[in-house]
Amino acid sequence: MNGFFDLPSDLQHSWLGLVGLHVREGLLPVLAAVLVALPVAQLCVRFRWVYPPVLGITTVLYSVPSLACFVVLIDYFGQSEMTVMIPLAVYSLVVLVPGIVDGVRSVPPETLAAAQAMGFGPVRRYLQVQLPIAAPAIIAGLRVAVVSSLSLVSVGMLIGNQGALGNLLNDATTYHRPALAVNSVLTTAVLGILADALLVLVRRLLTPWMPRKGATR
Amino acid sequence: MNVLNFAHSFFSDSAHWHGYDGIPTRLVEHIEYSLEALLFAAVIGLPVGLVTGHYGRGGNALALIATAGRALPSFGLLVLMFIWIGFGLLPVMIPLVVLAVPPVLVTTYEAIRSVDPSPVDAARGMGMPEARVLFQVELPVALPLILSGLRTAAIQIVSTATIAAYVSLGGLGRYIIDGLYQKDYEKVVGGATLVAGLALATLVVFWAASRLTVSPGVRRTG
Repeated sequence: MNGFFDLPSDLQHSWLGLVGLHVREGLLPVLAAVLVALPVAQLCVRFRWVYPPVLGITTVLYSVPSLACFVVLIDYFGQSEMTVMIPLAVYSLVVLVPGIVDGVRSVPPETLAAAQAMGFGPVRRYLQVQLPIAAPAIIAGLRVAVVSSLSLVSVGMLIGNQGALGNLLNDATTYHRPALAVNSVLTTAVLGILADALLVLVRRLLTPWMPRKGATR
Repeated sequence: MNVLNFAHSFFSDSAHWHGYDGIPTRLVEHIEYSLEALLFAAVIGLPVGLVTGHYGRGGNALALIATAGRALPSFGLLVLMFIWIGFGLLPVMIPLVVLAVPPVLVTTYEAIRSVDPSPVDAARGMGMPEARVLFQVELPVALPLILSGLRTAAIQIVSTATIAAYVSLGGLGRYIIDGLYQKDYEKVVGGATLVAGLALATLVVFWAASRLTVSPGVRRTG
């Protein structure tokens, strides 16, 4: 693979630079989505009637193609990273909210009652009982969100080279160097798989009571 | 200057309603690509998911394949296939199928796995052969979940099939990509609205399919 890592100079980045850019563009939206999803999910758990409309809205948002989102947002944010990251955050939100709601709802009422009897206030009960028990469901959602977010960053290439590793695709066609496209696809895939493995590891550390074998997803 | 105005002027322009680049033509193309991709994904994902779910083996391997499938960027794959294979439907189908197989595969596996074991054991006890246990006991019970996996796959395909336009094929993505290059936001918003509408229609179709195919007894408990 001669020249596999020699990138054309118009990218203004080394291969590692692009990887860094890609990770940032892919993960920051997921982080933002987590920060929004936790309170939203909590609302859905507290007030049951909120959940169906929230699910409806998120499903519709999910069906809007990322490319269309990018293009419409250009009008407001220009050809910037923000334009790429906002749709990714929305998609992550869609994946995360149902996971957190189902997870928090699956906490047995006896456990909650026991926590209350031990004198846990609502905040401590949420942070120390509900969230840890919901952790497997939340992380299952996170895995999907992180992997798909990382793979969608590439589409940002279409709006003025904001696609990090995806920008290689454009250069691959312009300079007739298919190796660049292979590099882009492989690196993105490896990043996704690494992030996924990392989350599995985090889940194991967070939930030492879970059986090690079997329950992988 | 807002999205609703753009959508309104796109749909009220009669030039968008007929001819080669008209909405009906593009819509039919989009549905064609989507149905083909979903069909391929179902043909690959369903049997494998059913068999592995029935025997309860290979779950970890499936999870690995699914992660790998999700991690491959659809758009990158499209461009790569286009470079390697050239113009045609195949370079579009490959990324769409890769995108759609993981949800079908994983959900089918999980659905069959999570069927209550007591009726399955009862069926075996009555002397049903394995194939009948799978198709007459496990499949009907798991059907709602299997359909939800297919639905996720279908919606992802419908929204991703827009990238076909990048390699000069048709479909609703044509409006989005052309609009992007022509700085014609009416077209972009119109295309996006059509895709979202098509995705909603997909939801309705799957809802109807589950009303028709899921047995009432299963529906009540699910």
